[in-house]
Formats: sequence, structure tokens, C-alpha cells
Amino acid sequence: MPTVEIPKEKWNGKVREVKIGATKEEGGSRTKTITIGGEATLPFLHFENTIPHAPALAIEIKDRKPADWSPLLYEAWGDAMNDPAAWAKAAEASGADLIVLTLSVATKPDEAKATVRKVLNATGLPLAVFGPGQAEKDNELIVPVAEEAKGEKLLIGVCEDKNYRTIVAAAMANDHLVTSKTPMDVNLAKQLVILIHDMGMPLERIVMDPTTGALGYGIEYGYSVMERLRLAALQGDSMTQQPMIVTPGEEAWKAKESKVGEGVPESWGEWKKRAIYWETLTATPLIHAGADVVVLRHPESLKKVKGMINALMSKGN
Amino acid sequence: MALTGLQIYKLLPQTNCKECGHPTCLAFAMKLAAKQAELAGCPYVTPEAKAQLESASAPPIRLVTVSNNGTKIEEGNETVMFRHEKTFYHRAALMIRLKDDDPALQEKISKADSYIVDYVGIKLGVDGFAIEATADATKFVEAIKVTRSATKKPLILIAADSAAMAEGAKEAGDKPLLYAADESNWQKMAELAKSLKTPLAVKAASLEKLAELTESIKKLGVEDLVLDPMMNGHLDSLSALTQIRRLAIKKNFRALGYPVITFPNDEVLAAQHVAKYSSFVVLDDFDPAMMYALLALRQNIYTDPQKPIQVLPGLYEINSPKPDSPVFVTTNFSITYFAVNNEVEGSGLQGWLLVADAEGMSVLTAWAAGKFDADRIAKAVKTTGIESKVNHKKIIIPGQVAVLSGELEESLPGWQIMVGPKEAVDLPAYVKTMWKN
Repeated sequence: MPTVEIPKEKWNGKVREVKIGATKEEGGSRTKTITIGGEATLPFLHFENTIPHAPALAIEIKDRKPADWSPLLYEAWGDAMNDPAAWAKAAEASGADLIVLTLSVATKPDEAKATVRKVLNATGLPLAVFGPGQAEKDNELIVPVAEEAKGEKLLIGVCEDKNYRTIVAAAMANDHLVTSKTPMDVNLAKQLVILIHDMGMPLERIVMDPTTGALGYGIEYGYSVMERLRLAALQGDSMTQQPMIVTPGEEAWKAKESKVGEGVPESWGEWKKRAIYWETLTATPLIHAGADVVVLRHPESLKKVKGMINALMSKGN
Repeated sequence: MALTGLQIYKLLPQTNCKECGHPTCLAFAMKLAAKQAELAGCPYVTPEAKAQLESASAPPIRLVTVSNNGTKIEEGNETVMFRHEKTFYHRAALMIRLKDDDPALQEKISKADSYIVDYVGIKLGVDGFAIEATADATKFVEAIKVTRSATKKPLILIAADSAAMAEGAKEAGDKPLLYAADESNWQKMAELAKSLKTPLAVKAASLEKLAELTESIKKLGVEDLVLDPMMNGHLDSLSALTQIRRLAIKKNFRALGYPVITFPNDEVLAAQHVAKYSSFVVLDDFDPAMMYALLALRQNIYTDPQKPIQVLPGLYEINSPKPDSPVFVTTNFSITYFAVNNEVEGSGLQGWLLVADAEGMSVLTAWAAGKFDADRIAKAVKTTGIESKVNHKKIIIPGQVAVLSGELEESLPGWQIMVGPKEAVDLPAYVKTMWKN
């Protein structure tokens, strides 16, 4: 029989470990914390090197019931969407490892503080809180939230190249972590990590969001940027060694394929099935490209993706 | 794996006779490495060196063709582990497996065979079918005849018995893929594949056994092979397919230098196989919703990263627009174009779509790269003659590039710059509320 030598790469670097959430002993109130990163090889290649942590799955909830989500998401979460605390509990019950709370443009700082407090009281899971993605509004909402939840080790954002200083300063002053979001580009991703780190933020508290597109809408760009970032990290490029967060839920549910059931070609098949496939098939390639936190919207997608991750992490079987 | 110029030089006579038309053997070797010269140019190369050079220049993963009636599935010839390193060349085939005792065989095949979905203007469908023998040759042959009456697409024949396979192959058309040779039947299967001049799949549960089988079969004269490492779990198949691809591409390990076939049992595993190294992805169910999602993923993964799919920059009409219809601006990345066009067209609204030359990038990517700025948009407005076609001076730019509106007002004096929604899907609602005002 020919001998087949299993080809293994010798990597010089690994992804940084980042811990989200703090327990009572650690100065917060979480009953569970989550550690991501630490991979010393490409996704799930256990035969090559160690992968200490599975990718974490998050469910995205909003501080107020969104007006423009797909009817399928209203059907899935029901009345819980009227109350972020109830929604967070439902997300926890669906099997999420952490909760991502996104705040709305219409929200006022005091309301944001109160909502975050309610969600912290409702769930023991680690929490990420993001602004609506508009620089001024993000700063206006996230700074008081960071103060309100001091010590909880929240993951907060959105830090972008044009707007990161205020949020990073709030995270440093109140013991939180930040996401560093850049538009699908390896060098921009690296650059923003450097800028945030230069402000004094430890690298163990930065998670990169390299941005992705949905399946069918440019996912290949985000996918390849993530593969390149992960290869650079393993090759020892220090400023690319942050774990990555991606938002396939948000992207997939923007696509017409998930969002609507009427006025679409018959060849698209049954709406609900298609919508879940769109979200899971946006998440799946990104997880194989190195995603460490995967933010989803539908509980069925979460269940499906969780099954896949469990299988991919079950070495020795 | 391609040899370097120096490696080739060592195999040449090193006499610098110049008869090949190059000043030295080293210069000739460099030309050979760059594929700018043919080895036949050297009259003195030894047969041993020739064999070595020829095998080194063969592609690391053999190109295998399954075909019928003019429809070809070509797989293999891949050269990289990651699509960004160059590109993935031969899109994974998505096929449907059916058993020969399925009472609804004809109906199921007809339905899947006629399936066509439009993705960014490309018509996509099921690539072919796999028919599996459950009992004797008679039933198998019968099923293949039924299949052939319902589809002209290429087939995979699944049978363990080479006699049944031989009978079935007679009805299967030009070049079916025979599945599969294993430890017990490989000689007979190889003889059959050789006589039919058709590709043969080889299955074994370890890479060693798989390599041993392919080498044995190759000695019998069958070289168009397809590998089944028989791994069904998410983790085992990712490991095995990555190892096979690495061995072929990075180690030039010929015994595993063939395309791979997989039989994923759910859509998530199928997605892994599309992204990570399967060439024939054979599904057990045909479901339009799943097929559309997998086809889209397959198109995305196999898009050449150096050549984004573009549409021609210029002015496009949607639903016969009138002079008072709105003017939308976007980039010439095909997916962006189709997203905007489909939303407006689907809503029944009329409009002018002004496609700027953003070198084929999407809005945000092009903006970040400086390829979708005020100058380029202004240029599109001025060169397309939109001014003479409308009775207003308003353009709607994508919400993702709201920051350009100030600059645009300077570049386009007299024009009103309206900031549209960030996503195309919100355009109809935007037009209904914002345009009439």
C-alpha cells in the first residue's frame, strides 16, 4: 500500500483568545462567559493543530420591535419582540451562546440604558450592544450604555475607521470589549485594529467585523477577505490575529430570497424553507472561513448551524 | 506541481547547443517553466527526462469529463487551495440521486430536469442525475431507460455488480460516470470503464487504500478517475477533502490527483462540499428552495476573484420610463445592478438606472476603493445624456454613499442629489414616499 503522508502546515501564529462577559466574581453579573479564538490552524482542521473553542452563536435582538423585518421573523419570535427582555430570554432558550442587542435610531440615551439593564437582568448570557451604525447616534447611545453596564465586559460597537475613538474610550473606561468593523478589506481590517490598539485598548478586547454580504449578494468577497485574514493570522501577522464576528443573519434577511414570499419566481421554491436555507447557507461558508462569532436572526437557523458546529468540533469521533 | 526553471535545467543536456533557438539550456529551461516554449524544441533530451518533465507538467488534479448529448460536466484541473489565490475553475456539479425502484422515478427526474432558475441573468439548473441499482440488472436497465426518456443530462450509474453496470451503461448515453470501483470489484470495473472509455469513481475508506486502488486501476489503463473517500460527517469529510486537495496540489501526489465525489445528507454539509473541494455533489432530494441556495453558493464560490462579473456602464431603462421618472445611480457590479434593477422592475415602477463605471465593484467596496466617487458619478451623468431624457434634475444615490452628496452637488451644479435607501430592497418604498414630493 502506498504511504500517504498527511500534509500539515506549520503555522507561526494563532488567533488571540478573547473572553466576552464577566461573572459576579469578575465584576459583572453574567452567569456564563464565552471565550472565542485561540485557533492554531484553519477552521476545524483538528488533524493539524489545536482549536480550543467552538465558534459562538448569537441571536440578534432589537431594543424596539423592528418595522421592516421579514414576516417569518415576526412569526418565529412573536410577542417577545415587543419586549427586549422577553426576546433575550427567548433567544437564550433557542440555544444562543450570547445575545446581540442592536439599538434603534429613534432610541434616546436613557431608554438605551434602561433596555440594556433589563436585558442584563433577563439573561445570564454575555451581551453585545451595537448602535444603529450612524456615527453620532452610536456615540450618543453607546457611551451611556457602557457606563450603565460597567464591568460586564460587553462587546460594544460599532467602531469604524471614521468613528471609533469615543466608543473605544468608553469601553476602556468601563471594562468592555469593542468590535472593529471595516468594509471587506484585509488592509483596512488590520489598520483599524492598529488604531484601536494605539489608543491603549488591549488586543484581548478587540473583535474584528470584516463585514460580509449575503449568499447571492457578494458573499464571496467577505468569504475571501476572511480566509485571507485568517491565513495572515496563522502566518504570524499580529494585527490580524483578532477573532472575527460576522452577521449572516442581518445580511441574509435583507435579501429578497428570505424577506418576501410573494412576487418571486416559482423556481425559488417554498418561502420558509428558502429563507432558512439562505441564512444557514450564508453562515456555513463564513464559519468555514474562520468566523468566531456568528450573529443569526431565526431560531431554526441557529439550531441547524449549531448542529453543524457540534459535528465540526467533535474530534475523536 | 510545475517545476522551476532550475529543476528543468537539471533534466536538460546542458550542452548549450542552441539548436532549440535559445542561447543556453538555462534560458530554454526558463522559457519552459514559463510555458513559453515546448520541450520538443530540444532534439537531445533523454526519454527519461522527457517522461519526468511531461508528468511534472500535467495538471495536479486530472480533468475528468462526464457527458451526454453535447452536455458536458468537466471537473478537476484545480490549482489552488483558496479561491483568492487565483480562482476555482470547474464549478462543482450539483446532481440528484434516485434509486431504480423509485415508483415516481420518471416524474421526479422530469421535474428536476426542467428546473431552471435565473441568478443574475444566468440560467442555472441541476447538472445531472445518479441512478442507483437496488436489485438486479433488469431493474437497473429499466430505470436507466426511464431516466433517459426524461432527461438528456449526464448520468452517474451506481452499482456494485460490474455485470449490471455493463448492462446499464449501454442505455446511459455518451460518457456516464461509473460508481464505483472498490477493493472487491475494481478489476472488473476498470475493464468495463476502459472498454467504454468512460470515467470511473473509486471508493475506499482510507486515503491509503484509495491511493492503492487508483494506482492499480491506472496500471490497467484507466486514468479518468473520481475519488470517494467515503466520509459522511461534517468533520471527517472536511479533513479528508482538504488532505486530498493538499496532497494533489502541494505535494503533486498523483495517486490522489483526481476530482472528488460526495453524497451530503443535508444542505449544510452540501454547502461545505461546494466551498471545500468536492467536484460532484450528489443530493438525495430535489427541493427547488435548496437547489437555488446551493446554486447561488456554487456561483459565488467559483466566481473568478480577479474578474468581478460586470455589466456595461451606461443608462438602462426600467419599465419604459418617462421624462418625469426617477433616476437611480449604482455601480456596474452585476449583482448590484441586478439587485437594483430587480427591485424597481418587480415593483412595477418606472425608472432610469444610471450605471457608473466602478470597475465591477459593489457600492461599498467600490466606494472604499475610490472607484465610486463624485467624479465617476458626475461623469456618468454627463456622458449618458440623461439630462436630455428627463424633465427634472434629480438623481438618487445609494444610501451607503450618502457622504458623497455634498461633493456631488459641487460636481453637478444645478442637480439635486437625493440620498436613497441603503438596500435595493427598500427602493420601491422610498420612491413611493420620496419621489412624488
